[in-house]
Amino acid sequence: MKGLLDQQFEQGGVIITKVDDLLNWSRLSSLFPMTFGLACCAIEFMSTGTTVYDMDRFGMVPRASPRQADVMIVSGTVTFKMADRIKQLYEQMSEPRYVISMGSCSNCGGPYWQHGYHVVKGVDRIIPVDVYVPGCPPRPEALIGGILKLHEKIRNESRMKPIALQQLLKKEKSDV
Amino acid sequence: MSERRDLISNVINQAEGSGLKEVLNSSPMCFEVSAASLLSVCTHLHENPETYFDMLSCITGVDNGTESATMEVIYHLYSIPYNVSLALKVIIPRNNPEIESITSIWKSANWLEREVYDMFGITFKKHPDLRRILLPADWKGYPLRKDYKHEEYYRGVKIEY
Repeated sequence: MKGLLDQQFEQGGVIITKVDDLLNWSRLSSLFPMTFGLACCAIEFMSTGTTVYDMDRFGMVPRASPRQADVMIVSGTVTFKMADRIKQLYEQMSEPRYVISMGSCSNCGGPYWQHGYHVVKGVDRIIPVDVYVPGCPPRPEALIGGILKLHEKIRNESRMKPIALQQLLKKEKSDV
Repeated sequence: MSERRDLISNVINQAEGSGLKEVLNSSPMCFEVSAASLLSVCTHLHENPETYFDMLSCITGVDNGTESATMEVIYHLYSIPYNVSLALKVIIPRNNPEIESITSIWKSANWLEREVYDMFGITFKKHPDLRRILLPADWKGYPLRKDYKHEEYYRGVKIEY
């Protein structure tokens, strides 16, 4: 299937699409990850950015500031000392923001699950996670798989009021 | 090699004063030194032109457990001109683990001693900046001690899997 911009427009420059589709497409086509690595997974993350795997073809350019980043790839062991910093970096990112948990360590503590007194047993204990990539460390292909999974998730997002929120508003109204 | 061994043991003997204990079957060669004479032994080994241990490679802590109630600090020295390695072992009581800092001799001891303090809670007297180096400053307990039990939560995050 051809992408939206690969097609030729025969008559004028008018595209008819849903706002959701347009926004989702623009968001998922330029997910800037934060330049940020914690352990050996970061090496695979860096490999993903090289010409061989070419992360740039997804419009992903690592940004050095959390304020310019859309996705945080937690690549490595999250220690308790690092946990505060990760939380702070996540809070500095502007919304919409996404988190990919890369590798066993940040998924669930990995090899440190039993005796790692200093390791947070899963980064989801401190920040919300969208996609988990298994592996120790995951190969670049696996990380790209995770990125595509995130694309899928973003593609199905909607700016319509969520049903849960509507129910909450209804409840608040009835309470007043 | 045995000449060098005799030389080194002589230097340590002079500084230590009393009977010298060599730890057998050890590589590199290792001598047991009392906590009280550690500083003078190190000073001599460092300054004597015939031993000239100009590099401190590593400081290791060992916890022998509650039963033997002792702890050990092991210093790994290296002499670059003579290409000789040496280990010094100091045994200290477990209930009050204290030892003289050797930062005045080797500057590299600063961080190594902080790490041993961080993991074992061994106090290095006259250390210029004795605080935790790897763990956060508000961490409770010394994780490499045999009887260490971690807390349930650290800053509201559960530690257990």
